[in-house]
Amino acid sequence: MKSLKPFTRIAAGLSALALIIAYFVPIWQILMWAPQYPEGLTMKIWINNLTGNVKTISGLNHYIGMKTIEVSMFPEFSYMIYLLGALIMFGLLVSWVNKRFMLAAYFLIILGAGAAGLVDFYNWGYDYGHNLNPDAPIRIPGMAYQPPLIGTKVLLNFTAFSGPDIGAWILIGVSFLLFGLLVYEWRSKKNN
Amino acid sequence: MNMKTNIRILFGLIVFVALSTFLYNCKPKGPKAAVEGGAAEKVYVAPGKYDEFYNFVSGGFNGQMSVYGLPSGRLLKIIPVFSVFPENGYGYTEETKDMLKTSRGYIPWDDLHHVELSETDGVHDGRWAFANGNNTPRVARINLKTFRTDEIIELPNSGGNHSSPFITENTEYVIAGTRFSIPMGDNRDVPISSFKKNFKGTVSFIKVDPQSGRMSIDFQLRTPGFNFDLSHSGKGPSHDWFFFSCYNTEQAYTLLEVNASQKDKDYIMAVNWKKCAEYVKQGKGIKVKSNYTHNTFDEKSSTATSTLEKEVIQLDPAELKDVVYFIPCPKSPHGCDVDPTGEYIVGSGKLAALIPVFSFTKFQKAIADKAFEGEFAGMPVIKYEAALHGEVKRPGLGPLHTEFDEKGNAYTSMFISSEIVKWNVKTLEVLDRVPTYYSIGHLSIPGGDTKKPWGKYVVAYNKITKDRYLPTGPELAQSAQLYDISGDKMQLLLDFPTVGEPHYAQSIPANMIAPNSMKIYKIEENTNPYVSKGEGKTKVERKGNQVHVYMTAIRSHLTPDNIEGIRMGDEVYFHLTNLEQDWDVPHGFAIRGAANAEMLVLPGETQTLKWKPTEVGIVPFYCTDFCSALHQEMSGYVRVSPVGSNVPIKFGTGVVEDTDTKEAH
Repeated sequence: MKSLKPFTRIAAGLSALALIIAYFVPIWQILMWAPQYPEGLTMKIWINNLTGNVKTISGLNHYIGMKTIEVSMFPEFSYMIYLLGALIMFGLLVSWVNKRFMLAAYFLIILGAGAAGLVDFYNWGYDYGHNLNPDAPIRIPGMAYQPPLIGTKVLLNFTAFSGPDIGAWILIGVSFLLFGLLVYEWRSKKNN
Repeated sequence: MNMKTNIRILFGLIVFVALSTFLYNCKPKGPKAAVEGGAAEKVYVAPGKYDEFYNFVSGGFNGQMSVYGLPSGRLLKIIPVFSVFPENGYGYTEETKDMLKTSRGYIPWDDLHHVELSETDGVHDGRWAFANGNNTPRVARINLKTFRTDEIIELPNSGGNHSSPFITENTEYVIAGTRFSIPMGDNRDVPISSFKKNFKGTVSFIKVDPQSGRMSIDFQLRTPGFNFDLSHSGKGPSHDWFFFSCYNTEQAYTLLEVNASQKDKDYIMAVNWKKCAEYVKQGKGIKVKSNYTHNTFDEKSSTATSTLEKEVIQLDPAELKDVVYFIPCPKSPHGCDVDPTGEYIVGSGKLAALIPVFSFTKFQKAIADKAFEGEFAGMPVIKYEAALHGEVKRPGLGPLHTEFDEKGNAYTSMFISSEIVKWNVKTLEVLDRVPTYYSIGHLSIPGGDTKKPWGKYVVAYNKITKDRYLPTGPELAQSAQLYDISGDKMQLLLDFPTVGEPHYAQSIPANMIAPNSMKIYKIEENTNPYVSKGEGKTKVERKGNQVHVYMTAIRSHLTPDNIEGIRMGDEVYFHLTNLEQDWDVPHGFAIRGAANAEMLVLPGETQTLKWKPTEVGIVPFYCTDFCSALHQEMSGYVRVSPVGSNVPIKFGTGVVEDTDTKEAH
């Protein structure tokens, strides 16, 4: 079992600490524009909360039978703080144990966490966009309102954008960094 | 006919045609359309773009204040102040009707003449606008965050509040000088002909709290019985002084147009308000029993409260000696304006053919030298020449008001000759003149009565409209003109119609107001006692013959929208809370047969409309503001039963019982 280079060890530990920021910044964002909302409506998803024009969005979406968005509709909010904590602990452990396989495992776990998050978000979006109140004032046969997973989508009079906010960007940055560290370790192994 | 005769006839015809053509061409053409190139570009504000200035314009006999954008001349809003406004329920809803209470009862109208924006260090600060009620003497304060009337204070011992609401450099005081003198005190049932003996004037100094803006009458100055027209505070070196134009120093009480125009000179009354305030603090004032109301509007509950005050402090300048001086000013002065440096005081005698400009330094020296020509009612009258800086010669006819630019120029409105005349304050030389359409009253330059005029434009607010717009029958809109004053010559840019009858107006750069403009009321901060913070909190309560409906509105339904158990003889109060927290989603409320008005309820706010049923049956109500795609569905029914009916109180929204089908089964 190879030990890590001192640089890798420090970088991996720091990247784990960087994830702490994700507790204090929004992770994901949904932005919406309509003719009546040129200034745009925003919904920011935090580790355990929602902010932005959530009530306004719900108020508008009730016409097409979408559910009222509120914190309680996301069970994820109750455990995500612990999951992130576990990620951070694992990252620090990489630095502590100082073994290459731990670094590889950390990278895979981070990737897995990101992928799981996207799947979870997609599932919520699917349910939110398809599971409509049959008594809604506006019903358009065959129309679903699933928000985009990543990117921009036109939904009736709204243009919706979904994408990472600071928290997710940190996660992306960390995963790139870890990948770089793995390459660095692998190259130095070859050189030895 | 011979050849000679033919030639003579031909010659005669030629002479006739030539002469008539010549005479026709000599006939004046009437006012030329004086719009020159580039005007359209200068006033064009592209769709979606904003104006450069807010223009707060008095509405005169509509009792409101209107807000225009400059340079486009677009009407942005009418702010209800002294008059009821059925459009949004101001003065009709239970919450707002106390704003129009006076010691004489509920007065739903007034004549709003002048607008003054609050100042800090002699410069507009964009916090409040003040306005005067000319008829039933009042002063109002408008909040420039909400564009709503936040406060109205009544003025006791005043016959009419024209010389108002001018302010001091740090908004320490708002002034209210009485236009009509009247007998005061206990003996008021006197012959009109006893004017000289019994009639008195007052000037009220209303203190403004620097934080909250709350007004209170600090003191009233007792003045001789003549008419106060306009006023302006000093600035910089003249900071401690206030200058008032007075007319009818003849003290006429009938046919004033003749009898109050006899004297060659009336007065500008100079008041050392700083000294007055000190005397009041020293207890030199006299407490006088006077009833007046003080109405305030609470932003959190959107509710007005009216308090009856019982006493004012008065100062007698004839006894105090050194607080009031009279400066003679030709021919019934109207405008009384102080230039940005605070050194020059311009009096505009409305019947004079010149404009006197007084010097503050000379005025101070005249006091020190006791250069008095006599006394009026125990107060010194300064020698005209001793205070005079000079006269603007042949400015035009009927000078009324003067505003200033940032380059040392003054602009005076000329009612009779219907023009604006530009002149240099120091040299008194006339520089330019432009016609106005027609008979200009007030004029306004952005910041034009402050220490720091922003200049750029002057707006003429005219008294006669006639042919300026498409005719609309005998009653016309008023007419205003916008001129560019950035160059040496004034350039007419735009003609725009105005509502009511504009008198004075003031403008302020948009960026001093727009960023602070409120968008919604926060529902969690709503302290109205009848608020329903959520549909679950709605209810209908009977208290004797009063029924209180706690109702909510959100796109696109009212809760409750089915109400039963109302009886003839009930007084029903609809307390409507708008649950929206989104910009520009007001909901309205109207019910058939309401004897008052509709009401507009802004996001997060609660307002109450009182309604008395007039017949047994079902009465519809609905949202009046087209709020959403399903606005037409935003309605409901009240069931009105006869007196003594035992139909129970019942209410709800979305409860479908279908009594008719049940009965059929």
